[in-house]
Formats: sequence, C-alpha cells, structure tokens
Amino acid sequence: MQNLTLLSGEKFKITLQRLCHQLIENHNNFSDTVILGIQPRGTGLSKRIAAELQYIIPKHTINHGVLDITFYRDDFRRGDYPLIPSATEINFIIEGKKVILIDDVLWTGRTIRAAMDALQAFGRPEKVELLVLVDRRYSRQFPIEADYIGIKVDSISSQKVVVSWQEADGIDKVTLVSA
Amino acid sequence: MADKQQELSSRHLLGIKDINLNDIQLIFETADTFKEVINRPIKKVPSLRDITIANIFFENSTRTKLSFELAQKRLSADVVNFAASSSSVSKGETLIDTVNNILAMKVDMVVMRHPYAGAGVFLSKHIQVPIVNAGDGAHEHPTQALLDAYSMREKLGEIAGKKVVIVGDILHSRVALSNILCLQKLGAEVMVCGPTTLIPKFIHALGVKVETNLVKALNWCDVANMLRIQLERQDIKYFPSIREYVMMYGLNKTIIDSLKKEIIVMHPGPINRGVEITSDVADSQQSIILNQVENGVAIRMAVLYLLAGKK
Repeated sequence: MQNLTLLSGEKFKITLQRLCHQLIENHNNFSDTVILGIQPRGTGLSKRIAAELQYIIPKHTINHGVLDITFYRDDFRRGDYPLIPSATEINFIIEGKKVILIDDVLWTGRTIRAAMDALQAFGRPEKVELLVLVDRRYSRQFPIEADYIGIKVDSISSQKVVVSWQEADGIDKVTLVSA
Repeated sequence: MADKQQELSSRHLLGIKDINLNDIQLIFETADTFKEVINRPIKKVPSLRDITIANIFFENSTRTKLSFELAQKRLSADVVNFAASSSSVSKGETLIDTVNNILAMKVDMVVMRHPYAGAGVFLSKHIQVPIVNAGDGAHEHPTQALLDAYSMREKLGEIAGKKVVIVGDILHSRVALSNILCLQKLGAEVMVCGPTTLIPKFIHALGVKVETNLVKALNWCDVANMLRIQLERQDIKYFPSIREYVMMYGLNKTIIDSLKKEIIVMHPGPINRGVEITSDVADSQQSIILNQVENGVAIRMAVLYLLAGKK
C-alpha cells in the first residue's frame, strides 16, 4: 500500500477558489443556475463550492442541492450487494435552469451518466455542466468530460483516488492510493 | 460504509419472524429514499428494469395488490398479474405446478397471497426465486407490519418504548401477528384488545398484554391499531351481534375525547365504517390511515429493491 498526496493545504484551498471564480465567469450571479452535489462523495465538494460562492458573491442566493443516483446506476444486481441509496434534496425547480453537477472524482463516467438520467426526473434543465475536483484522465468508458477540473491525474485502474474533507475526515486532501 | 448492513439476511420475505432488527432498519432507511422518489414530479426509477415479477393472488385483495403493482412499476419492473379465481387453479392445478409454469416463462420474483398459512414457506422450499409473502391465511402479512411500523416511526420519531394496542379480531388476523413481531423487534410494548373469543388462547406466550376493556387499553397506549372483523374467516359466531361488538369495541369520537392523552389511530384497511371505527375518528387529525397507504408503496419498493439486489 503506497499513498501519494496529490493535493493538500494551501494548494487545495486555491484550487477550490479557482473553480469558484471559473463558475462565476460563466454564471454571473447564479440567478438561473443551480448546484447539485452527487451523493455520496460529491456532496463534500458541492457544499464547499456553494459556501465559497456565497462568500464571494454574498448578495445573491446560491441554490444548492444533493442528488442521489443509486437507482439509475447500471451495475445494480451485478455486484455482491444491493446498492444502498442516500437522500436526494432538491428544494428548487430545475426546469429551464443551468445545472452544475459536482462530484469529487471523474473516472469511468458511469456515475455522471446515471446523474444525467436521474436529473430527468426533476424536469428539463436548460444546460448541464460538470465540475470535478479530480479528473482521472484516459480512463473513460463513456463519452463524458468535465467543464471545470481541479486537478488532472494520470493513474492506472488498480489505483484509487481518495478525497478527504475537513468536515468528515479531519483534513482536506487528495490521495492516490496504490494497492 | 463497511460496518453498515448492506443487504437483507433472508432471500425471501415470508414473515417478520424470519428477519431481524437490522433488516427492518435497512428496509426503513431504503423506504425513506423511495418515499422521496414517489413524491417527485416523475415518480419512476429504472432500478428493476431487467426484472419480471409475478403477483400471484389466490385470495382477493385491492389495496395490497395495487400497492405492490405500483411499487413494481415505479421501480420499472415488468409485472404479470395472476388471480386464482380466473385461472387453471379452478381446474385442479396444484400450487407448485401453477408457480413453476409461471416461472418457466422466466419470472424473477414472486409476490404471493394465499388463504392458507405457510403457503409461502412451502413454496420457498420448491422454487429458486425470491418470494414476498403478501398475506398467508391468518399467519403473517409482513409488508403490512413494516408499513404500519414505518408510519408510526414517521409520526412518533421512535418506536422503542412506545405502547401500541391492537384492537379487534386478533384470532383471524395475519396483520396482528406480523405487527406484534415487528413492533417487539423494534422495542415497543404491545397489547391486544378484543372479546375473549377473538383473542388466541396462548397469545401471552408472545409477550403481549391482553385487555378486554377498550377504554382501559386506549388509556394505556400511544397508538391504537384498529382491525376489521374478518367475517369471511369466521366459521362460527364469536360474539352475539355486530351491534354488541360496536358498543364494546367500536372506536368513536366520544371515547377518543375522553382519553387523558392524544393517541394515534391506525387501520390496515379495508375499513368497516361504523363497526370497528366511526367515520369521524377515521377521518380525524389523529388518524394516519391514508399515510399508511402512501407508505405502503415506499415500503414495498424497498423490499422488492433489496431482495432483487441480493445475490
């Protein structure tokens, strides 16, 4: 087991701030944009992004929700256990809005495919964008790419990328774990 | 995540007796997310899109059948319905033959209601697919007990330590037995109340209190679950007349208002208005009868989802 820290400390913080400023460039005051964190691992990032945006543009409301994609996954009944769902909390209208999907790591693209399916149950968004903290390049199984990327990582499939959050794990860090 | 229970301990849901507290909690937590799903503008998720479920009903049902069918459709499963009254069963086919013929058409799961106790257990020894018991005789009706407990949990927050009285025809009720087992596993105290003739002889062996006075029972409890008199199962007369039963065990507004505290009123349906419960109580703020029906779909979605996902 070998761990390599890819992102931490000040650099982690600056990366999040840079992502927020990129979002503001495209979405101005967020009046017709909503932020959706993908359960379970994307919610840490989406909460942080929402709070940071709120800090940068305090006068405007940032609509922030979390989306569970369990029932839309394509690997149900293919693993050893049933997939246990998490909560979905979307207390606003998605119809006609710009939606920013947020997840911690983009790898095969299957989660994002499921998320786009799940989104249909809440209406027809005007546009859907994707923000990820880590992009594991060259490992996609679907034609899906992110619009906003924290860091890009080259990795092999036996490795894992683990994102830890201050709130849940005590430290902000991205680690590459080799088995 | 590893320490959390990920799947049910049983391949089938034949009765509450066969599942444990962790199973019940897993079903409740899964039902929470399905409850959110069925309140969305689009109430359907694709989880069971590659599964076919047969609803085999050897006994009449409206609510349970509809509720199971809705749950299956909202999970995107393919559904086939089978009612014994319009089938070859009336030509003398056996239960195993009937079910095996249905399974030969590549069905992945069976939901069965049967007038005889133990029909589900019997079938589980002969077929390979998961079975959900939708009521077997006067034995068990597990999904009803789960949705009853789930509705109580929703209203009271916690079931452990609460007092629940089940009133009426305990003797012929599968809902009563499943409810007693489920509530006890969740840590509630259970009492049964009704005329002595309608209370099974050795029910105290289950650890439940027995009370024949309705007002005393209601003053003791937090929740009253009113059961229907199952006249279709009664081969002899168990009480002199319906009118006398109503006078002794019918729940009405006067009794509710005379109680020291506000209790929650439940009923598994179908209601015989004016017999076990009057309309003003059934339609009051204290009644959660329609919440039970709504939760029934979420609970059945959770059960089907968890059984389908199990290897």
